[in-house]
Order: sequence, then C-alpha cells, then structure tokens
Amino acid sequence: MTEPLAPRTEPPFWVNTGRRRGLAAWMMSTDHKRIGIMYLVALLLFFSVGVFFGFLMRLNLLSPGAFIKAQTYNELFTMHGLIQIFLFIIPGVPVAFGNFFLPILIGAQDVAFPRLNRLSWWLYVTGAVIVLLSLVIEGKPPDTGWTFYAPYSIRTPANLSLAVFGVFVLGFSSILTGLNFVVTIHRLRARGMGWFRMPAFCWTLYATGWVQMLATPVLAITLVFIILSRVFGVGFFDPTRGGDPILFEHLFWAYSHPAVYIMLLPAMGIISEVVPVFSRKSLYGYVPVALSAIGIAVIGYAVWGHHMFTSGMSDTARVIFSFLTFLVAVPSGVKVFNWVSTLYKGSIKLDAPLIFALSFIFLFSIGGMTGLIIGSLAPNLHVHGTYFIVGHFHYVMFGGAGFAILTALHYWFPKMTGRMYNERRAKLGWLFLFVGFQFLYFSMFILGYKGMPRRYFDYPPEFRTLNIVSTVGSWILISGLIIIAANLLRSLRHGPTAPRDPWGGKTLEWRIPSPPAAENFRTPPVITDGPYDYGPE
Amino acid sequence: MAGPEPERRPDETALSPARTYVAAWAALLFFLGLTILVAKVRVAPLGAAANLLIATVKAGLVLTFFMHLGSEGKFLKIMLSVAVGALTLLIMLTFSDVLFRR
Amino acid sequence: MDEPETGPGGGGAGPEPIDELGKRTGMWFFLFTELLFFGGMFLLYSIYRYKFAADFHRAAADESLALGSINTGILLTSSLAMALAIAAVRRGEIRRSIRWQRTTIWLGVVFLVIKGLEWGGKIARGIYPNGPTLLTLKNGEIIFFGLYFTMTGLHALHVLIGIAVIAFMVRFTKRGVVGPGRYARLENTGLYWHFVDIVWIYLFPLFYLIT
Repeated sequence: MTEPLAPRTEPPFWVNTGRRRGLAAWMMSTDHKRIGIMYLVALLLFFSVGVFFGFLMRLNLLSPGAFIKAQTYNELFTMHGLIQIFLFIIPGVPVAFGNFFLPILIGAQDVAFPRLNRLSWWLYVTGAVIVLLSLVIEGKPPDTGWTFYAPYSIRTPANLSLAVFGVFVLGFSSILTGLNFVVTIHRLRARGMGWFRMPAFCWTLYATGWVQMLATPVLAITLVFIILSRVFGVGFFDPTRGGDPILFEHLFWAYSHPAVYIMLLPAMGIISEVVPVFSRKSLYGYVPVALSAIGIAVIGYAVWGHHMFTSGMSDTARVIFSFLTFLVAVPSGVKVFNWVSTLYKGSIKLDAPLIFALSFIFLFSIGGMTGLIIGSLAPNLHVHGTYFIVGHFHYVMFGGAGFAILTALHYWFPKMTGRMYNERRAKLGWLFLFVGFQFLYFSMFILGYKGMPRRYFDYPPEFRTLNIVSTVGSWILISGLIIIAANLLRSLRHGPTAPRDPWGGKTLEWRIPSPPAAENFRTPPVITDGPYDYGPE
Repeated sequence: MAGPEPERRPDETALSPARTYVAAWAALLFFLGLTILVAKVRVAPLGAAANLLIATVKAGLVLTFFMHLGSEGKFLKIMLSVAVGALTLLIMLTFSDVLFRR
Repeated sequence: MDEPETGPGGGGAGPEPIDELGKRTGMWFFLFTELLFFGGMFLLYSIYRYKFAADFHRAAADESLALGSINTGILLTSSLAMALAIAAVRRGEIRRSIRWQRTTIWLGVVFLVIKGLEWGGKIARGIYPNGPTLLTLKNGEIIFFGLYFTMTGLHALHVLIGIAVIAFMVRFTKRGVVGPGRYARLENTGLYWHFVDIVWIYLFPLFYLIT
C-alpha cells in the first residue's frame, strides 16, 4: 500500500522537541495524539469516580433497610449518571481513540483544525471541573437525576445551575470535536482513499460528528432554559405559569437520545475494525456497514419520545415514536449480522481485543433486544421507571460502548505505548468483569419485571435475593476492572516492546512505528485498495 | 470599484459587483415593507403563514446573495437542507404530541 | 460526495497550503449548530403560540412595530455593509473595506441601543421575568414575554459577539493579516453576521407582526 517500512528514526510523539517542557508541552499541544492521550487519561479517571459512586449505591442496596439517606442516595445516582454519561461515555471513543487514530487512519498529519481541537480539550476539562465542583462546594450536590426534569430541577435548592452550566460547556466541547472530525474526513483523506476505502471506524466517527453537531445544541438551549428559569424565573416549564413540563422532556430527550448514538456508533466502529483483523478476513458487507452508521444516526434522531411513553404524550405521538424505535433496530442489526458473517469461516485468533469485541456483540444484542421490549407501548407501561430500564441501558452503554472502549484499549495499546500487555492477565480480568457484569445487570431485568422501581434508596423484602446477587456482581465486576487496569498500567512500564504490527492489521496505523512519531507519515501515503484486504477468502 | 476583477480560484465563492449586493438589499427592504403590510391587513392564521413565507424569501436572499450559497458546492447545500430538515423534524414530532392530546 | 478530491492533507515537508474551502465549510457547520441552538427556542415558541394563540396576540400589542421595523432595516443594511466589506477586500480596496466593516459595527451598535430602549421600556413598566406587572398577566402572556426576553436576549448576545469579532477584523485588515488573497477570516465573520441577520428576519414577524 505505501512505501517500504524503514526502521524507526524519530522519537515517539511524547518526547518534547519544541520549546515547551513538562505540563505545558502537553496542555498547549495541538498534536492530536497528545490530545487523545490526555483525554484518555481523564476519561478513565472520571470513569473510576463514577464506578465508585455506583459501588456505594449497590452497597446501600445490598439488603433492605438502607444505610444511606434518601437525599444522599438521590445525589449519588445523579452524580453517577452525570459523570458516567457526560464526563466519560459521550466524549468516550471519539475523543480518545478518534482523536488519536482518525488522522492516521485516513493518512493525514492531524485533524482539520488542530487549535480548535485543543480548545475542545480545554473546554472538556473546564466543564468536567465545573460539574465536579457542584459536588464539593457549599450547598447540596445535584439531586434531580442526570435528566434534570422540570419542575423539580427549577425548584431544587441544590447546586444545579452550576452543574448544568458545566454540562453546557462539555456540550460545546463535543460540538467542536464533531465539527472537526467531519471536516477532517471531508478534506484530509489521503490520495486514493475514496469514501468507500475508508476504515469503517471513520464512517462511524463521521456519522457521530453530524449527530454531535445537530443534536447537542438542542441540549445547550435546554440547559440555558433551566438556568434562566432558576435565576430569572422564566416559567417555560412551570405549570403555574402556563408552562408544560413535558416540553422540557421533549427538548431534553431530543438530544439525549441521539446522544446514545454518539456513545454507540464509534463503539460499533471499533468492533468493525477488530473483528476482521482477528478473523483474518475482510469485513463482510463493508458498504452496508458503512451506510448503516448513517442510517442509525438519521433514524436515531427521531425516536426520542420512547423515553416519554408514560409522561402524558398523545397516543398519536406514542405510536409514531414506537414505530420509529423499531425501525432503528434495522441498521443496528445490519452491523451485528455483518460482524458475525465476518467471523464465519474466518481464521479466529482469540486474543483479548477479540474477546472484548465478542462480548460487545453478545451484550449489545441483549441490550438491544430488551430495548425492543421497552420500545413497545404496552410493556413499557409496566417496566418504565423500573430496574428493567436500568438493566437495559447498562447492557447497551456498559456492555456495548464500555466494552468497546476496553476492546480499543487492548487493540491499540501496543500502537499507542510501544509495549504489549500481558495476554493472560487481560483474559483473567475479562472473566471477572464479564461474570460480574451478568450478575450485576441481568438480575435487574428480573427485578424490574417484578416491579422494583429505579432511583429508590430502599426496597421491600421481596426483592432481597436479587439485590444481593446484583451487589455481589458489582464486587466481582470491580475486581475485573482492577485486574484489567493493573495489567495495562504495569505493561506501560514493564511490558515487552511491541512490534509495529502485532495483530496483522491492514489499516494505516499498522504501517507506522509503535508508538508513532510526532509526524505521522514521513511521506503522505497513497492508497490503492480497501482497508481489509486479507487476500482471497 | 478600483482595479481589475481578481481571478477566482476554484475554492472561492462568487465575487459579485456592488450593484448585485445593493439590488439584493433593495429586494430585502421591499419584502420588509410587504411583510408589515400583510400584518396590518390581515392577522388570522393566513397572515402568519404569509409572513413566515416572506421571512423565508428574505432568508433565501441573504443566503444566495450575501452568503454566496449559490456558488458553493452541492454538498454544502445538501447539508444545509439536512440541518433545516433536522429542525423541522424536531418541531413536527413534538407537534405530533401537542396537537393530538386529549 | 461532490467536492474537490481531497484537500491539501497528508503533507510531509514544506508549508501547508491553506485550505480555504475547509475553513469555510467548518464555519458553515458551526452555523448549522447555531441553527439548532436557536431552533430549540423556535420550537418552544411554536408550541406555545399554538397553545396560547389569543394571549400571544394580546401580548404582542406591547411591541413597537416602528422600532422593530427600523431594527430589521438596520440589520439588513448591516448585512449589505458586510458583504461590500468582503468584496472590497477581495478587490484589494483595503480602506474601503475597513470603512464598510466599521459601518457594520455602527449599525450593530444602533441595533443594540434600540433593543436596549425596548427592553428598558418594558422593564420600567414591570414587564420582565418575575416582574410585578408580568405576574398579573395571563399565563400565555407570561410565556410570550419570557420567550421575548430569552430569544431577543440571546440574539442580542450574538450581535454583541459579532460586533467584537468584526472589530478584531478591522485590526487584522489594517495590519494586512486580512488581505486580497487571505480573507477567509473576514468571510467567515461575514457568514456569522448574515446568520445573525437571518435569525432576526424570523424573530421580527414572530414578535412584532402577530397582533
């Protein structure tokens, strides 16, 4: 595909070659690789904080008779949601792996607007700090749930305006990242890389970028409305002033549903990269997979009402949204079928990246199918607001996007760090994580079906056994996370040196050194074939 | 206008003579007057629709002559339609709720 | 997709040619996000207008058609000034461009002054969010004025930002940073300004022409 590979002559991208030193060399950098690494570190840090809050919640729910007060519990699940969603999983794959790898995958030296990229990073840090500040400064932490429903969000005495403003800043960061990636893909693809020679991961980043640009501003204005209502008493959602709280839900979910596709699409892109490599087989149905990303983004924009089936919408709206919700499962199914078809008759190598990717397919499918149950109007009446929902979204968000992040972490660890992780420990960590995951979250489907409401700090004795199962599952899961983290951290320092292409990948990142130099390509690559060319099948 | 017209590179937008911009501006003022007239003459739903239509014509003039959308590639025009379509979809789906509540 | 093959990406040694189309595309994309941002407000307006049609008509009588029309004319003229400023730079007429840019700024300032007068008048009479007079009105009227202050307020904020950015452009033009071959910044500023004008083109009938 490109010029013959020469031995490494340039230092890795993390070696300072300019005037700046230390922290400044990183915080002021416009190099997409440094920005990606910084994002990754921040993401994993915030994820750990969010996990800790989840751990406390589950501890409280171990048996009936709560030891955490109701108010504190409300604050816990609010912060757990805010942190995991806005500080971890929405930025998630795009800011860490999109930033690091998008330019490399398309043969470019950086993104279209590197300084804008740096601004996105600064905004992310600022927004995250503001959100966390609302937790620690004087006054109560937010207690509305991450969904900020009016009218309680307007009336609660908690530090809500601060948290909401933090999310606003984070949203701005997200918009600019999406904008950057879309222009990058349009303008900076290497010579010979037509749209349909681009890796599938780039297609998902493209679709996600459009969702970021067209959905996030709706959240932004909604957050502005909350702040204006709290500070100035503008009563848009106040029934006593003629306002309609359901309109808040419309505006909120009009972003927050597309947001789950911001979480999910790039995650699916990761799976589309890993499965071909570890099957040594071309991605089955590359074109449908690429276009399904666009399909998910477009249809996913129109389904938000399925979060509001019990809120008081008209029957007409409920039927329309339910129908569209079923429709969005089609492009998602296209991806799942194509991954499985890629594996079929492939030469499978069951390394950690593939194990995490297979877990994604399994867990996301469960999550997705329960989504169809919830998307049907009649069952929704029974399970809305119960643990069934909590189980569903943890399967798709954690089992889906979360596992995709773990997939990417292991797949690209050698490329980013120049070292190999320990394969056995990775698999051990996976085992604990996967087993713990099932106990923690599958029990929630049963609990919800039996009627246990979500966001409750206590429960009647009939739900005791399943809650014990779930809490113990959380401990096993956390052990798995610790094993995985310890393995990767240790390998950073002591892992064996990684070759340029440990997995036999065909995309452009495997042509450059591990880790890459500051300049991605010494000469611009010229592309002559597709990204998954493993020869005759 | 001083000096010869500069050569237009393929990436650049149209460079219109001043009179084109002034003509567009005059049309905009005309439609402004028209919309005020429509409001004074009839208020009923038809008036509101007519005024929104006139507003769209004015927006179209600004887009075409001031923002040079006409000389941009097909892609940009399509994406503008997508953005407008997204907003339209939002409003329509929300109305599917509000309009049909019992 | 119908545009030049690829931009000047993936380069090795040598200075990168500036991707004017890429920068302009990025600006258009940013305007799309602004469209959805204001769009959320237009969505609220349309729903509440449907629910409180009579109250909206009554409340809108408080608006001064004269001031609103003048302000609309001012913004339309400022868009003309901006377009002429960019055309002048492209032809190398630097001083003329600076004059038109300054004209745009002044028109924007006048717009804001008139807006401030309108707001001041309402506030003085107790018509503002949580204001004494406002709370005595019907619910639909309260919502109308809430939307009025929010939408014209956020619009005015965008006008203010635009004025500041154009002021920077005047400096850049004077120093030659913006010139006949390198006017992407000014053109992007123009796009932003025209967008702010278009938002007002829609705000005008929604608040001033429905009584």
